[in-house]
Amino acid sequence: MKTPTGNQLTTDLLRPLERTSWRFYLLSAFLGCFVVAGLSAWFYQMYWGFGVTGLLSPIFWGFFITDFVFWIGISHAGTLISAILRLVNAGWRRPVTRCAEVITAFALMIGGLFPIIHLGRPWLFFWLLPYPSRRLIWPNFRSPLVWDFFAITGYLTGSLLFLFLPMIPDFAIVRDRSTGLRKKIYGVLALGWRGTTSQWHRLESAMQIMAVAIIPVAVSVHTIVSFDFSMAPVPMWHSTIFGPYFVAGAIFSGIAGLIIAMAVLRKTLHLQDYLHPVHFENLGKLLLTMSLLWGYFVFNERLATWYGNDPAEMAVFRVTQSGSFAPLFWTMVICNFLLPVIILGIRRTRTIAGCVIASFGVCVGMWLERFLIVVPTLGHKYLPFTWASYRPRPTEIIITTATFAAMVLLYTLFAKFVPIIAIWEMKAGEHPSPDMTPQATAEHRLGDMHA
Amino acid sequence: MAHKWGMAVDLDRCDGCGACVTACHAENNIPTVGDLQAARGRAMHWIRVERYFEGEFPDVRVKFRPVMCQQCDAAPCEPVCPTYASNHTEEGLNAQVYNRCIGTRYCANACPYNVRFFDFFNPSWAKPLHLQLNPDVSIREVGVMEKCTFCVQRISAGKISAAAEKRELKDGDIKPACAQACPAKAIVFGDLNDPESEVSRLARSPHGTKLLEDVGARPNVTYLERQTKA
Repeated sequence: MKTPTGNQLTTDLLRPLERTSWRFYLLSAFLGCFVVAGLSAWFYQMYWGFGVTGLLSPIFWGFFITDFVFWIGISHAGTLISAILRLVNAGWRRPVTRCAEVITAFALMIGGLFPIIHLGRPWLFFWLLPYPSRRLIWPNFRSPLVWDFFAITGYLTGSLLFLFLPMIPDFAIVRDRSTGLRKKIYGVLALGWRGTTSQWHRLESAMQIMAVAIIPVAVSVHTIVSFDFSMAPVPMWHSTIFGPYFVAGAIFSGIAGLIIAMAVLRKTLHLQDYLHPVHFENLGKLLLTMSLLWGYFVFNERLATWYGNDPAEMAVFRVTQSGSFAPLFWTMVICNFLLPVIILGIRRTRTIAGCVIASFGVCVGMWLERFLIVVPTLGHKYLPFTWASYRPRPTEIIITTATFAAMVLLYTLFAKFVPIIAIWEMKAGEHPSPDMTPQATAEHRLGDMHA
Repeated sequence: MAHKWGMAVDLDRCDGCGACVTACHAENNIPTVGDLQAARGRAMHWIRVERYFEGEFPDVRVKFRPVMCQQCDAAPCEPVCPTYASNHTEEGLNAQVYNRCIGTRYCANACPYNVRFFDFFNPSWAKPLHLQLNPDVSIREVGVMEKCTFCVQRISAGKISAAAEKRELKDGDIKPACAQACPAKAIVFGDLNDPESEVSRLARSPHGTKLLEDVGARPNVTYLERQTKA
């Protein structure tokens, strides 16, 4: 498929920045309402206490922790996928990378908010920071929550850098094409980019370093998130599989989020000439792989528990597998495994629409997966006398919905102010210099042979 | 030698009257959350009497088990707290520092016994209970975790009065509210480091078991029960 080049490319990709339709304002206002509702619900909860949520003894973690793990999972879309594609120098990555990296940055900001939203006394969240305080106490470095704090701030810093670095040349393009205040703002953001050879070399090596560095960080972040559960001596949590299981699930939901975002961008910003069916097909194949991997992990986890037949674990196992959580469990299996494997396994249905349907399924399924890890265990922990069941109340539902709206809003605003496809990377793909980009600069199907 | 506080509960003596629960509420300023919140699962009882039923109807036996914080030696609640609100004292208690707690509720999830409670609202009492609050016990604000302390205020008071009278602390000087209120004398409290104390004697009894011992938290509450056919 042909991709526009030269001036046409620049004009196309800068169009959203230069022209604003009424739809943008309408959408922003619509999403803004949800965000305001979510903030109000949060303040309401802070004012009255956690009693306004559906949490109870002993199910002290519910929607908020589910949302936390889900959003941190979604954040693995970007940085990880784009870093891997950059490292293997896959040519088809060029229009995809920035879409993905933005998801990471925003999903992390939203996900990182949840541990604070979920605190009983959120105004004291800074006690998690190691700072020399009057109280002369450091945070407890044995606590996985403190590890979380470092992991998430580290990953956020890294992925913001990883997002920002390749934006510099694009900021310079916008700077050079605009006047007035806009020129000033983008001029500051472009950090004095002139496009000299030494600047390009520095950018390339910085990108390479970041791409290598961010992969272990991303893997460790979701492993540490899984430690929140697996470190506690609690049935079905205390498991060694949780680290890789969470990482695989995170990449899985991340790809799904990326496919949905790309499909929406393609339609709304008319990027049909840039985001081709082959991009969706390739990401669909990755999604299929991750779906199989996810299925493998779930099978492992479930089989080992069932075969081991530990009474405390079996209580949780039964309630998820065939008890009150069974409808959710089997919905999860259908959404995360059957649906993607069938749709993406057949070449004819591996279209853009097919990929998007499968991705929606995966997002729903992965949210349910996190819910099913958190809640059934807490409700069925050891002593049957204390067993309980959880039902969310409006506060949690509003805040959860608001974060989805916030994600779309942030993404919309970003696409308004920054070219969502990296202009310079597209242009670099047109003229591959032999020493910098050997082979594989062209768009090709994953799995196809190429010279 | 330092003290190591422990408890023994004779299940054969317990008839599930609930006096310990009431006494604990009165002693420790535990809020009464009201019927609506209790129905929503927010009731707080630092000690609870668990009821289990054995056998098929009509040949049913009810078993009672008072469960309070087991003050574990290897308490899973302690390492997970990011702010050291949950920590171990030199006398073997799992202390909860309310002022330090930011309400992650992680300790409650890690606790195998579900004996940690969260203040879902600011505390309130059904009238006229608000007139009988104990001045020796601090009131917990919304958003923090709270739990059985083995009546640490009574432990301090016992030590202070022994020191004032210039004598050693005797076994039986200190009684938590639950032990004091128990009409069947099923709950015994004392120093496990004193091999002559009643609680030490009971802890060594062959009838003694620890609750969920296989989880490995090394609890300091011994449950005594005569051996019945399996």
